[in-house]
Amino acid sequence: MAQKSSIVTESGKVRRVIVVGGGLAGLMTVIKLCEAGIPVDLFSLVPVKRSHSVCAQGGINASVNTKGEGDSPEVHLEETAYGGDFLANQPPIKGMTYAAPGIVYMLDRMGVPFNRTPEGLLDFRRFGGTLYHRTAFAGATTGQQLLYALDEQVRRYETVDVEDARGVVIRGEKMVRKWELWDFLGLVLDDEGRARGIVAQDLKTMAIEAFRGDAVCLATGGPGMIFGKSTNSVINTGTAASAAYQAGACYANGEFIQVHPTAIPGADKLRLISESVRGEGGRIWVPKDPKERRRGRDVPEKERDYFLEAKYPGYGNLVPRDIASRELFLKCFHEGRGVFNPKSGKNELEVYLDVTHLPKDLLRKKLAGVLEIYEKFVGEDPYENPMRIFPAVHYSMGGLWVDFEKSADGKLVVGSPRNQATNIPGLYAAGEVDYQYHGANRLGANSLLSCIYGGMVAGPAIASYVKNLKTSSFDLKSSIFDKAAKREQDRYDAILKMDGKENPYVLHQELAQVMLRDCTIERHNDVLDKVIAKIDELEDRWHDIGVPDTTPRANQGAQFVRHLRNMLVIARVIATGARNRDESRGAHYKPDFKQRDDENWLRTTMAFYQTDGKRSAVNFVRSFDYTMLDKTIHVTDAVDVSLVKPRPRRYEQAGAASAAAKGAVDGGAAQKPKEQSTTATAE
Amino acid sequence: MPEKRIVRIKVRRQDGPTANETQRWEEFAVEWHPQMNIISALMEIQKNPVTADGKKVPPVVWESCCLEEVCGACTMIINGKVRQACSTLIDKISPNGETITIEPMSKFPLVRDLIVDRSRMFEDLKRVKAWIHLDGSHELGPGPRQSQENQEEAYPLSRCMTCGCCLEACPQVGPGSDFIGPAAINQVRLFNLHPSGKMHAAERLEALMGPGGVADCGKAQNCVEVCPKEIPLVDSIASVSRQTTKHLLFGWLLK
Ligand SMILES: Cc1cc2nc3c(=O)[nH]c(=O)nc-3n(C[C@H](O)[C@H](O)[C@H](O)COP(=O)(O)OP(=O)(O)OC[C@H]3O[C@@H](n4cnc5c(N)ncnc54)[C@H](O)[C@@H]3O)c2cc1C
Ligand code: SF4
Ligand code: SF4
Ligand code: FES
Repeated sequence: MAQKSSIVTESGKVRRVIVVGGGLAGLMTVIKLCEAGIPVDLFSLVPVKRSHSVCAQGGINASVNTKGEGDSPEVHLEETAYGGDFLANQPPIKGMTYAAPGIVYMLDRMGVPFNRTPEGLLDFRRFGGTLYHRTAFAGATTGQQLLYALDEQVRRYETVDVEDARGVVIRGEKMVRKWELWDFLGLVLDDEGRARGIVAQDLKTMAIEAFRGDAVCLATGGPGMIFGKSTNSVINTGTAASAAYQAGACYANGEFIQVHPTAIPGADKLRLISESVRGEGGRIWVPKDPKERRRGRDVPEKERDYFLEAKYPGYGNLVPRDIASRELFLKCFHEGRGVFNPKSGKNELEVYLDVTHLPKDLLRKKLAGVLEIYEKFVGEDPYENPMRIFPAVHYSMGGLWVDFEKSADGKLVVGSPRNQATNIPGLYAAGEVDYQYHGANRLGANSLLSCIYGGMVAGPAIASYVKNLKTSSFDLKSSIFDKAAKREQDRYDAILKMDGKENPYVLHQELAQVMLRDCTIERHNDVLDKVIAKIDELEDRWHDIGVPDTTPRANQGAQFVRHLRNMLVIARVIATGARNRDESRGAHYKPDFKQRDDENWLRTTMAFYQTDGKRSAVNFVRSFDYTMLDKTIHVTDAVDVSLVKPRPRRYEQAGAASAAAKGAVDGGAAQKPKEQSTTATAE
Repeated sequence: MPEKRIVRIKVRRQDGPTANETQRWEEFAVEWHPQMNIISALMEIQKNPVTADGKKVPPVVWESCCLEEVCGACTMIINGKVRQACSTLIDKISPNGETITIEPMSKFPLVRDLIVDRSRMFEDLKRVKAWIHLDGSHELGPGPRQSQENQEEAYPLSRCMTCGCCLEACPQVGPGSDFIGPAAINQVRLFNLHPSGKMHAAERLEALMGPGGVADCGKAQNCVEVCPKEIPLVDSIASVSRQTTKHLLFGWLLK
């Protein structure tokens, strides 16, 4: 028997759900829960309005086809599956691409100041991996604008009272309570291994507390900080996902890390120059003469090598990111043809990204936000000078494994409690922290979409889980919560007592160095072995840290020691997954295994945590069972490719990514998976 | 080898809001690196938290997130001016190795070192109902059509990142005043511009008509000078001011 009411328990307590993370995915989950009448406690490391989603620049995809190009959700589905080198399960993608137009309309109704056409309709631009104008945008700060719109809706729910089933206001209870500047430390699991709440720490007072929740949703974003310098925000350590993984959650496809081709080389962060710059006509080139001494703007047209356009006439500067990044790396690193620096006498690891040929008015209206970043941080005017850029770690396709329930028409059964559910009963995940939508390589402007769609699906899924829950967490004895709080308190106290000789920030720098150098664009097995040995070493040295700070308030040093340990654990998942996968697919590229190998590797990497108490280890499995509301569900690593048949990627041909939807697939190629060549190799 | 270039930074520190006895200045000397900004300098201090005179201290604490001046987290007072630490380049503010001073903002309660509590700004957004009153997130088709001009007016206003620079600089904001400040007033202009937002314009204006409302602005214009997103705050205040006057005179007619 399920609980009688999903609002109050048998003993009259208000039942709430916990959402950790207030980026796009978390906020959308909260909105859907509130609409289902379920009150939420929302936790975040930073005020949610400052979440990492604020950084997104370029836009969000939806096949609205306002330009009469024949775009459709079906084409969007195919291009997403194809761009991801067929590693993603296709029903969730289909659900997402079909929901996309509705999502963009919803955002429009929320007041997002999207750019407009002269007729007053939404404007769309091009992004990577497609020939269609599919990306809605608000200047070049789209993520900021979307985050603010959802943040505003959630703030409204902070002022709305909880009502019981008869519509009577329950005093003192609001639909949303925010716990901002709190760090999620771990789950509270009951005796059956069900998530019943969380333990979190107030980052001002450092107080540690357990919270009850009838379900928990992690929407905690990606782990970019493992690579040190990246395009990510500094809070993206992946600590929450790591804690869940250490509590038994499956982590999937960890080795798929997206490197974005165009970022500004920098000391503390590699600031992104959005793909939208190329979508609006920006071009990538290097001087034909590797010892060219003139400034970029002074190099005449015919002395420039537009190498992406030359090699990929079909998609040109808008080939998917994995390919573009590899080509840039090839140019700069292997061929030594990066921009020449007369001062150092070296070819730098930099190529030109040029918009100087585009009308200034267009640049100001559509790209000002990005160009401003270049100007501010480089001190050069990008309207007049070609920008100098290089690839940077950007996004994690991998993340917590989540389930889905497929509908008859190949999408998702909306409201199924299985959608976005992790293998820990009662624990859900949505947003960059899940592994679900992008396979081996994410297309630009698909992430904001997958975050919001993930939230739209997670909300109703959690609502139906909570409705069918037999006993509410709010009626459980307090001892399991006290025990969990004590476990985390003991861990924290132990960190405060660490008096070894290592500085955690220095250890982090060492981790980042090897991960960035050896575990990104090109991967070699012998080198990966060394990366894993380095992680062993760093995990050992972690135990010899001297905590840099013992102050009782806002102790970021002790907090970082904890995050570092969690980063090491996920770093191992990434590196070991990469070591094992002997093929090239999407963002994962091994020069010694240049082919995609569907026979052996068209499968999800599924990792479980193991430890001997000192070091972590990874247990990779091909199948497992988990329980959803008393039903056992058997999970395997097979990928659902029932909607778009895998075929080799050929971005040198225009329209190759949408050929099936347009009825132009070369049947022969689809039939012979073994011949599948590349992942555009850097031969 | 050229001599190592050293960056000198003086930080005002305090362990907690009531721990006045811990208030102190500490000076650090860190090695210069290319493209260095205040945050990357503070990160160097984390790796080696030793003052210029050789004392080992806890690393300085501060708030930051995006490192590209879009989240608003890292606002502090640098050489007397309120701004974002991440976009403050060392070479620009200390071209000849001048000592840099860093302090927390003064108009918000201190948490520790450079961290202050800006939650009042988020509370203010509730007070002025800075949102569109949405019927629901289900599919209801596109929103109202809007002209490019409308978008071009609204977009700059909506880039406010709640950083607090304008409140810090405003002479009317401070202890003993309950003036809401320019950021929230600007939000009222933004939502009152939107075709659906307009339908609830009166509620927002009424929130700004009492004490602490838009009339408390002394028109000193400090706010607009410090806003990193170049939001036309003075125009917003003037516009909302006009709207409140109109609402005061004619609002009851419409009820
Ligand atoms: C520079 C840049 C530009 C981008 N541009 C685009 C684009 O144009 N289009 C596109 O589609 N995608 C883009 N992306 C990708 C996209 O922005 C992200 O993938 C997406 O915003 C992630 O959203 P999220 O909701 O999953 O998580 P986030 O926005 O990262 O939010 C995570 C939340 O979890 C909280 N959290 C994390 N850990 C904890 C913890 N331990 N305790 C409590 N709370 C915690 C954080 O405080 C935060 O609120 C871009 C990414 C970058 C870096
Ligand atoms: S114009 Fe008004 S809001 Fe702006 S600084 Fe002056 S008094 Fe403050
Ligand atoms: S209006 Fe400008 S200064 Fe004020 S909070 Fe917003 S962005 Fe900061
Ligand atoms: S860290 Fe986001 S504005 Fe500086």
